[in-house]
Amino acid sequence: MNVFVLLLSLAAQGPARAPHVLVWGGDAEGGAPFVEADPTDPSKVRGFDVEVAERIARGLGRRTARFIQVQWSSIDQSVERGDFTLGLSGVEETPVRRARHAVSIPYFEFREVLAVRPEDAGRIHGLADLRGRRVATLGATIAYDLLVAARDSTGLIPLSYDDDVHPYADLVTGRVDAVLLDHIIAERALRRRGGSAPGFVILAQPVSLGHYVGVLARADSVLRDSVDAVLREAMRDGTLEQIFRRWDVWDPSQGALFDRVVRSSAAVAPAGSAAASHVLAYLPSLARAAGVTALVSLLSMILAVIVGLSLASGRVYGPVWLRVATTLYIELIRGTPLLLQLFVIYYGLAGVVRLPAFLAAVLALGLNYAAYEAEIYRGALEAVPRQQLEAARTLGLSELQILRLVRGPQALRFALAPMTNDFVALLKDSSLVSVITVVELTKQTAIYATNVGSWVVPGALCAGVYLAMSLPLARLARRLERRWRPAA
Amino acid sequence: MNALLVIDRLTVRYDSREVLRALSLEVARGEIVALMGPSGVGKSTALRAVAALQPFDAGRIVVDGFALAPGPVPPESRLVPLRRRVGLVFQAHALFEHLSALDNVTLALRHVLGQSRSKAEAAAAVLLAELDVGARASAWPSQLSGGEAQRVAIARALAPDPPLLLMDEPTAALDPARRSALGTTLRHLSEQGRGLLIATHDAEFARGHADSVVSLTA
Repeated sequence: MNVFVLLLSLAAQGPARAPHVLVWGGDAEGGAPFVEADPTDPSKVRGFDVEVAERIARGLGRRTARFIQVQWSSIDQSVERGDFTLGLSGVEETPVRRARHAVSIPYFEFREVLAVRPEDAGRIHGLADLRGRRVATLGATIAYDLLVAARDSTGLIPLSYDDDVHPYADLVTGRVDAVLLDHIIAERALRRRGGSAPGFVILAQPVSLGHYVGVLARADSVLRDSVDAVLREAMRDGTLEQIFRRWDVWDPSQGALFDRVVRSSAAVAPAGSAAASHVLAYLPSLARAAGVTALVSLLSMILAVIVGLSLASGRVYGPVWLRVATTLYIELIRGTPLLLQLFVIYYGLAGVVRLPAFLAAVLALGLNYAAYEAEIYRGALEAVPRQQLEAARTLGLSELQILRLVRGPQALRFALAPMTNDFVALLKDSSLVSVITVVELTKQTAIYATNVGSWVVPGALCAGVYLAMSLPLARLARRLERRWRPAA
Repeated sequence: MNALLVIDRLTVRYDSREVLRALSLEVARGEIVALMGPSGVGKSTALRAVAALQPFDAGRIVVDGFALAPGPVPPESRLVPLRRRVGLVFQAHALFEHLSALDNVTLALRHVLGQSRSKAEAAAAVLLAELDVGARASAWPSQLSGGEAQRVAIARALAPDPPLLLMDEPTAALDPARRSALGTTLRHLSEQGRGLLIATHDAEFARGHADSVVSLTA
């Protein structure tokens, strides 16, 4: 009982409750100039969002602002859970966010800008010029929504990344034809590549405008109003301008934004479309993503079966060097994470061969599962009784005929159940390929969930689709097993 | 000297233990020879050596002019003539579990002798009928009784028409009535001109149905 009371009191004094500290959340992985680990003291963070948070804390009469690291795409959920009071890390203003959470007034105006390779700069001036081309951006952003909306009207191919470094790297190597992101991120990427030939240029004409806001829990609307008051004050007294100038992100449009915001206490009209939250609107993209999941899984499994059979034959029938080689491959693949293999095949090999993301996904999954299939087939081949093989030999069948006519068919019956298990596992592991920009079912669900601000409906839909694919497989396997097993 | 099978001083060692020491015997066409002895005395080993399923250490085996020498078992590609000369019926039958009785018998006809499916099936049906299991042609091995499985296994071994048939403990799983029927079947096969070498520990069966008996002692 005492322990319970203690826990309760600890929970009540959790980070978001301490009155003299403003606990705020952001993603230091997003990096400068937003939030980054301080190079001189990595236990601290710095960036303009850090200073904005400190300015807000001061204005609210708090002694300090304490930073909590949270994944960027989870800021909304975390703030509602009470992990921190204020989310602030290049958080975009969207109608959905405004409807579901207590959102501050905008404190920064960004431009969604296109980056293209220098040789394309003369031909590409906007999304309309990108018909049939691959355009990269961060997932779960306004930019991604813009690209998805443009997919239907202009026929471009949106690609979603989990970070903002690889889109530009892939633009330079030619994997994608354009990148659409906030101008701060684009300019940072340009600086990062440095030199006289960074490999891409940023188009001057922005695709659209957006605003960064602070996000608070829906129940904290009173505190949000106080935050708004502090932000307006900081716009008036010049402290916000100083912060942005210090981080070299100040430009005339910020002054115009401040004027508008300070003049009207009403919120600035948000950028982006308002139709994003409707369930039906997401069904086509979920269906498409489910198709990608099914196709990636099916092709990977076919590859895994073919390579797995070759590996198993090598291990059972091959000469010593081949047995050693296949064993090494199998142990290497089984002993390292699939995620690592995906990265190596997609990014690591990019210098040698630039595989399209879909092909890299199928290759990585297929070659990974081939190792597991090989062990299943080897076990199944070795489970066929020796007398069956000897009987076949005495009849005069060649080794190849024995494998094809006697050993293989019997091994298949042993292998069927574990193979089906693997296929179901592969179906779910295929969600990993989203790290190399293939938008499959889980990724699409995450995007959907971020946009509507809840995992309940998207999660249930996603689970339903996975089950709809895996349950029939298990059923099929049971039926085949029954049919191929001679009646006892 | 017109022996179909000549085994001359056959010696097999497992590690340092001698399983067979200098076994010699001959089987002529139309003759049934029983290889007698208690369990573990090397009867099956002798049959397996004749069928080139295991190596032997000394001696010589000649099947209808095809000789096997001591040392490792030659690759299958060099054993084609032997495979055409020798059929082996395993003690546990070793029927192919994934094939029907009929397909067990047609397998070698189609894939070794290259016969068409219809011709192979017609020949297999005749064999199964002769062995009194014609009605079981479409059954799976696991659906057959011990006696039925044995006769299907005999049909399978006979399908490529080998002159020499080896049988390992054919009476092990048979009741007395079936044993007598088996004896009749074997006699019928020998009358077709085949030589039969039967490994058995069943002295009564050997005395009743074999033309000659070779005894192995431990």
